[in-house]
Amino acid sequence: MGKTIAEINERIRKGEAVVVTAEEIIDLVEEKGVEEVARTVDVVTTGTFGPMCSSGAFINLGHAQPRIKIHRAWLNEVPAYCGIAAVDIYIGATEMAEHDPLNEVFPGDFRYGGGHVIEDLVAGRRVHLRAEAYGTDCYPNRRWEKDITLEDVKEAWLFNPRNAYQNYNVAVNLSERVIYTYMGVLRPNLGNANYCSAGQLSPLLNDPLFRTIGIGTRIFLGGGVGYVAWHGTQHNTDVPRADNGTPTRPAGTIAVIGDLRGMNPRYLTGYSILGYGATLAVGIGIPIPVLDEEVVRYAAVRDADITAPVVDYSVDYPQGTGRVLGEVTYAELKSGRIVVEGKEVPTAPLSSYSRAREIAGILKDWIRQGRFLLTEPVELLPCAAREKGVR
Amino acid sequence: MVRHKIVLHFPHEQVDKPVVSKLVRDYNLDFNILKASITPREEGLLVLEVTGEEADYDRGLEYLRSCGVDIQPLSQDIRRNEERCTHCGACLAVCPTEALRLDRETWEVRFSDDECVACELCVRACPPRAMEVHY
Repeated sequence: MGKTIAEINERIRKGEAVVVTAEEIIDLVEEKGVEEVARTVDVVTTGTFGPMCSSGAFINLGHAQPRIKIHRAWLNEVPAYCGIAAVDIYIGATEMAEHDPLNEVFPGDFRYGGGHVIEDLVAGRRVHLRAEAYGTDCYPNRRWEKDITLEDVKEAWLFNPRNAYQNYNVAVNLSERVIYTYMGVLRPNLGNANYCSAGQLSPLLNDPLFRTIGIGTRIFLGGGVGYVAWHGTQHNTDVPRADNGTPTRPAGTIAVIGDLRGMNPRYLTGYSILGYGATLAVGIGIPIPVLDEEVVRYAAVRDADITAPVVDYSVDYPQGTGRVLGEVTYAELKSGRIVVEGKEVPTAPLSSYSRAREIAGILKDWIRQGRFLLTEPVELLPCAAREKGVR
Repeated sequence: MVRHKIVLHFPHEQVDKPVVSKLVRDYNLDFNILKASITPREEGLLVLEVTGEEADYDRGLEYLRSCGVDIQPLSQDIRRNEERCTHCGACLAVCPTEALRLDRETWEVRFSDDECVACELCVRACPPRAMEVHY
């Protein structure tokens, strides 16, 4: 006995949909069992908020008078990609402001980059545009400078090629010096272990075989509404899995798109990662339609049943050796201490669980209020394990 | 007994004089240096944890002030910009005390002034740069 997305949407429109978060469904299943939950619940909402480097925004600036075919452009001194049409540019999250000292004085601060430009735009702040061109008969202008805001550009879309990683490495440092990585500061001799996933709330860990999340899935993106555009870059589903279907290594990813207008800097925040670079923290929430009992079983996954690999970031990660020091569960990671090579190591997250919870809650409210309808995926995302019919 | 963390600003002319050692000799106070620096303009900055009898402590601080030293309680020094903090937890990796802790109910990062020794390690390790130094 299953439900269709159309039936669930009908209930959402009437304000009758039963929506729970991926945290709440855990106890609910424990209490009432998979079968009853599948019957009574319509949607499970998920959430995650963390640094996602493969992010950026397309902006069409509108035409200058006289017209310009932009060859080089900077937003608050951060270079934007201009190798597309005349006034279309792409600002990438990790691009650094011109003249930033980078890692010349190690570890560099990376105070202002593309992620901060995107945050400034979304916050409604003025951003300074500087553009240069070589001039053509049809686009004679060679210089263009002005302040822009999100309001007055023609279009601005967030378009992130890889977000919401399904599981991730736990980073440690086996060397004898402090290292500065995209996984944060790692103290020597297993001084700390940093992890970066919302675990049981994380969107792709609640639908591990991509049975419901596909191209066109409407999502919470950066505080506004967005869509899954495609599978993300490095999307890899041919990985070892636990009995509950969750991958025990970094696996699937999604590419997402959405209008920057309507987003909120609380869920789209410029980050500076010491000694590494600038990036953007992105908030994503994905609704999972309760189509059948299988969906419930996957969405009820708990931190204790999701395993992540512990990887050394002093040698193994940079050299790409593929060595894994061990495996730990998110329940262990969240306890504040894990054991690696016989040593007790304190843990620190880079992914904000409080904000992930907040996002899952907001998405739940939107759906309950009838403001957010679910979409039928145009196409499911590739998933080796699902296609092979393997659990 | 009292124990306080204080920030001392030494004017240029006091930088080369042994001021703090008098706290031990003449005022029976113990101190632990948490941070010390001399700025390019040769003003001195010293962060101390001072322990002793309350009366001695008051007299000791009186003496420091008489030397032209400006004194602030340390709790003012590291502040969290609540608007910018995303409660990610990256700071936990570097905090040497329990000043930054994860509340395992709300999953928010708690910042407690009392336990902060103003080492400033969190300031640059914080991705949204929410930890601010105010001297």
